[in-house]
Amino acid sequence: MTKISMLQNEIQKETETSLLGFWIYMMTDCIVFASLFAVFIVLRNNTAGGKAGSDLFSLSFILTETIILLTSSFTSGLALLAAQRSHLKQTVIWLCTTGLLGTSFLILELHEFTKLDHSGNSWRGSAFLSSYFTLVGTHGLHITIGLLWLFATLGYLYKKGLNEVSVRRITMFSIFWHFLDIVWIFIFSVVYLLGVI
Amino acid sequence: MNTSMYQSKAFKAYLCGFFLSLLLTLFAWFIVWRHVSSGHVVYSHLFIRISIVACAVIQMLIQFVFFLHLGREKKPRWNLHVLLAAIGVIIILVLGSIWIMDNLNYNMMNITPSQADSAF
Amino acid sequence: MIISLFSSTSVPSTDRLVLFFGQAMVVGAALLIALALVYFKKVGWLWKNWLTSLDHKKIGIMYLVVAGVMLLRGLADTVLLRFQQATSVGASQGIISSNHYQQIFTAHGTMMIFFVAMGLVFGIINLILPLQIGSRDVAFPLLNNLSFWMYAAGAILINLSLVFGGEFAATGWLAYPPLSELQFSPGVGVDYWIWSIQIAGIGTLLSGINFITTILTKRAPGMSMMKMPVFVWSVLAAMTLVAAAFPILTVTLVLLTLDRTIGTHFFTTAGGGNAMMYVNLIWAWGHPEVYILILPAFGIYSEIVATFSRKRLFGYTSMVYAILAITGLSFVVWLHHFFTMGAGANVNAFFGIMTMVIAIPTGLKVFNWLFTMYRGRINFASPMIWFIGFVITFSIGGAAGVMLGVPPIDFQLHNTLFLVAHFHTMIIGGALFGYFAGIAYWFPKVFGFKLDEKLGKIAAYLWIAGLICAFTPLYILGLMGATRRLDHYDASLGWQGLFIVAGVGVVIILAGVAVQFMMFYLAIKNRKKNLDTTGDPWNGRTLEWSTTSPAPVYNFAIIPTVSDRDEFFRRKQLGGILPRRKYAAIVMPNNSSFGFFMAGWALMFAFSVIWHYPPTMIVALLGVIGTFIVRTFDDTTTHIIPAAEIEAIENKRAGALV
Repeated sequence: MTKISMLQNEIQKETETSLLGFWIYMMTDCIVFASLFAVFIVLRNNTAGGKAGSDLFSLSFILTETIILLTSSFTSGLALLAAQRSHLKQTVIWLCTTGLLGTSFLILELHEFTKLDHSGNSWRGSAFLSSYFTLVGTHGLHITIGLLWLFATLGYLYKKGLNEVSVRRITMFSIFWHFLDIVWIFIFSVVYLLGVI
Repeated sequence: MNTSMYQSKAFKAYLCGFFLSLLLTLFAWFIVWRHVSSGHVVYSHLFIRISIVACAVIQMLIQFVFFLHLGREKKPRWNLHVLLAAIGVIIILVLGSIWIMDNLNYNMMNITPSQADSAF
Repeated sequence: MIISLFSSTSVPSTDRLVLFFGQAMVVGAALLIALALVYFKKVGWLWKNWLTSLDHKKIGIMYLVVAGVMLLRGLADTVLLRFQQATSVGASQGIISSNHYQQIFTAHGTMMIFFVAMGLVFGIINLILPLQIGSRDVAFPLLNNLSFWMYAAGAILINLSLVFGGEFAATGWLAYPPLSELQFSPGVGVDYWIWSIQIAGIGTLLSGINFITTILTKRAPGMSMMKMPVFVWSVLAAMTLVAAAFPILTVTLVLLTLDRTIGTHFFTTAGGGNAMMYVNLIWAWGHPEVYILILPAFGIYSEIVATFSRKRLFGYTSMVYAILAITGLSFVVWLHHFFTMGAGANVNAFFGIMTMVIAIPTGLKVFNWLFTMYRGRINFASPMIWFIGFVITFSIGGAAGVMLGVPPIDFQLHNTLFLVAHFHTMIIGGALFGYFAGIAYWFPKVFGFKLDEKLGKIAAYLWIAGLICAFTPLYILGLMGATRRLDHYDASLGWQGLFIVAGVGVVIILAGVAVQFMMFYLAIKNRKKNLDTTGDPWNGRTLEWSTTSPAPVYNFAIIPTVSDRDEFFRRKQLGGILPRRKYAAIVMPNNSSFGFFMAGWALMFAFSVIWHYPPTMIVALLGVIGTFIVRTFDDTTTHIIPAAEIEAIENKRAGALV
């Protein structure tokens, strides 16, 4: 076996291991969110005399955010599909679309947070508000990290193109991004929908 | 690269998952919007809660299958096992915490009288 | 006289001497090591051969070294605590103030659990797991190195609290709010506590992911799950608990940090916070944590009892199911740590019953070990002495635990010395003895020469006697109503005698530690005379004994194919030495400073948050991101060991069975 093919062989064997490891990491991340959900649910009525969810959340706003994120989850899947079929241009297009949608989501969320803060309903207001900002904010932090990851991936694609390693990384990214949307389903349902009724 | 990726089975799976998820999102949202606009009268509290949670759980399963291709990997399917274990832990943690804290709030009188009436 | 830079609260004069000694100890030790390295020109050697190594065998040794140092620090605290309780009676106030005493027992618990016990666990798993499953290394060697450095960074941070600030949390090792909130703990102590275990905890979580993946994907061909050694099963179970529980700890610490830094109200008394939620969450992590500490020790006992009884382990299948049962059950008992917090009868009853149920699979394991010994030809080497000590002390501690699991009894005994005696006998008699036994058992494999057996047995006897002497008085005191964490009590209670006996017990344990030191010192001094030339000094049963001692960097020149449990023993039974074979080149990872720098950035970030200095926080965050991205663009992370070199290494062995 030549040196190059030996190293290539190693990289291929590594993919299966890496993907399982990343999946297990993703599970631990889900447990992080589960803990934050537990805290939110327990403290949801501790408004210390201040505003509750029904006073603060806008149904149309939240629907917009949700559809944007759902679409970005879909496009991240398409990016992976293109990468698996070695279509570099399609991969980049769908990754960029995912990034733009994700950034829009983040901007909307930051707008909502700022509005709440300026109207006197920041995380310092009550246990309910602390839980809200932390749960939704942690999700937003994950989105931010995902966008940084996406940007770095585009850089890697620019330098090295689509090889075993880049396809593996795009696979891991799409797993990450899909899970973020799944967590958002529960934020949408438990925090916002159950919060306004 | 004979067929375009947009004609593959995998693409159809993503598309299907996307539309089903969209449907469930809109359905849950619509029920709540209707309830709120009508002044919280048109549905019972229990029905709404169950619908919202059911829609969320179903949409999660849809995304597991169509986006994350769960259950379709070759044996020994560690991804599925690990996910089921994590879901078990999450259920115990979340439901257990709710049960414990509710119970504590009741006994420690950390609640309003109207909340006390609806505790279990 | 105090080197107390950035001190945030004043220190009473009674504590100054003790604090000064502590600071001198930390600063002195650090300076001594640094100067020695420079003087002997070993800095480069240390960096290249140890600190940046991705070899699981080297990483394991580094864990054990740090754990050993932290054990000494924890024991120093123990001496202070015991001395205070034996002398602070009636008119006497002992040698330290209340506030200082509280910081010491907090540091004692935190260090012993997070940096001694966890260090021993991860050290031993690192050394032995890949060898036992017939693998070349863990699944993610780079992550493994990072985990070690995160652990070391946590250990460094907790030691820094002595020097910069001169203050630690005075809240108990779990820092319940509202006491741990800013209102009642305004200094830096609690923040040091938070960040040292937060950083170490992230390292642990990454190791959990690493070891699970290793066991699921890197077993030798033919080693199905039910052919794995029981130690491997126990590691899989413990790491599953790590993956499930540590995220809860991470979140809970973050929430407390947010309360203390940006004004949130999760656990505060104002704003609708609920301190009971903290207790709930921290124990939802805390209970699985104690099973993480004990399960690998159970696995070690299974290996040792079988080997030294010269008999296969009794009831392999039931042992595996018992481990799985313990793992599952450990998730539904956590409320037994706060029966007295005010939950109703239904809740307390459920968790009480579950707590008693979990004793059943544990008891099953003890019986299976005893049945393994029955009709075996037992060699009472030091690992077996540790095991016998375990059976005696752990059974007593376990019975105490079942008592505590009954809520009405717990209402009397919660937070008394009875509880303290219970968990110390469990952790020391169960976990620590197991890791000492494992070290005695596997030392020749790791270092290539044997430990002095005679001294090893004396140390074991001293520890066992010391443990019983130190904690039996505490069981009695607890039943008499003595609360935990007391720094002073009335002479009329008549408790002093028992506290003095407990103090004597600690002295006996210290004698045991001294003997252990002597054992290591003499072993190293006489190593050339005690070489392990066969790789199999105990007539072992599992694959790690088939390599040389120590194993070559690649572990196995040819990955073995496994067909049974106790594969190595089976091959020895069939006899004969395999003929010379054709070797292939092996790909190995290069050294890397990635882990060192990432942990360094984490340490910088933590220090910045503790002292409220945003500029270095931002630098640290950018450092983390930058170091990470640089690594992802690095393509030259492996090297090849050519077949000829492997053949040369293998030919130096007398003969190979694998």
